[in-house]
Amino acid sequence: MLAAFATLLISQLAGEALVRAGTLPLPGPVVGMALLFALMLVRAPLPKELEATSDGLLKHLSLLFVPAGVGVVQQLDRLGHDGVRLFAVVLVTTLISLAVTALVFAGVAKLLGADDLAPDGESRP
Amino acid sequence: MIDIVDLWVYLSGSPLLWLTATLIAYVIADWLSAKSGRHPAVNPVLIAVALVSLVLLVSGTTFQAYFAGAQFVHFLLGPATVALAVPLIRHLPQVRRALVPMLIALIVGSIVAIVSAIVLAQAAGLDRAAILALAPKSATAAIAMGIAEKTGGDPALTAVLTILTGISGAIIVTPLMNALRLKNYAARGFAAGLTSHGIGTARAFQVNPLAGTFAGIAIGLNGLLTALLVPVILRWLLP
Repeated sequence: MLAAFATLLISQLAGEALVRAGTLPLPGPVVGMALLFALMLVRAPLPKELEATSDGLLKHLSLLFVPAGVGVVQQLDRLGHDGVRLFAVVLVTTLISLAVTALVFAGVAKLLGADDLAPDGESRP
Repeated sequence: MIDIVDLWVYLSGSPLLWLTATLIAYVIADWLSAKSGRHPAVNPVLIAVALVSLVLLVSGTTFQAYFAGAQFVHFLLGPATVALAVPLIRHLPQVRRALVPMLIALIVGSIVAIVSAIVLAQAAGLDRAAILALAPKSATAAIAMGIAEKTGGDPALTAVLTILTGISGAIIVTPLMNALRLKNYAARGFAAGLTSHGIGTARAFQVNPLAGTFAGIAIGLNGLLTALLVPVILRWLLP
């Protein structure tokens, strides 16, 4: 578990270094994900330990957004002023973006005959 | 007898208290979510954020004091993002097959997410500061804040609107996709990650591993594209 966690941190560190060096418009962790992906392509199969550690982190991905979300307490004045309008705009744009993206993806996949991706395991309705 | 006030003064100054509070709030939120059968409306991020915010407001604690403890949880977002490479490798054959639909959906979806936010905000009569904070809201929080900084928006307001977009998408996505009768879980997941970044991805993983994988890919791709597109679209729609 420790070696796997170190692998994740090393990838992130390398990503941060690349971002600083090349002024990429991306955060270090996203570049780190691409680096680890490239590394694992070369070095197949996936180490069991890395799989277990990654799955453990991703299982509670929701938890990791809580501190940033609590930042809302700093914006209460602003939200008291035009919170309803902001909330309504976010809700509608989210709805439109979700629907358009999924419909385009599924539509093009169907057109190309690439829509037979079986979901693995059971899906919640 | 221990003086409660002294104890509070001591504990509220240490990172342990707010780290523990964050974990407890999440355990309660996750328990409620599991108890509901992972019903989309019972969103663990929303519940945990509400619980912690309430405690901060009641106890008169500043966000800075809270974050001194909670930063240890916040830090794990980095390694967790890197870890998204693992499901990506695991589902490589499916990702290869869906490359073309994915890239077309990425370009269309990214533009629609930005333009719809700006146009709707203008229609609602929101001020320039709000529009600048809304434009990058579908990118993951770190990228969205960076974009807002560059375009002259308020990064703190952007962070809150980004998280709100995440939570909204995580709640809406399942009922919306079912209403659209979309059975393609790659498409559903990709839309969740593109629109609602990590929080949408967390929801997608709750529903189906393939959906979660495509959501994870969408975070990186749309983060990059949003960073490139927002300045261009703002110059066009908000001269």
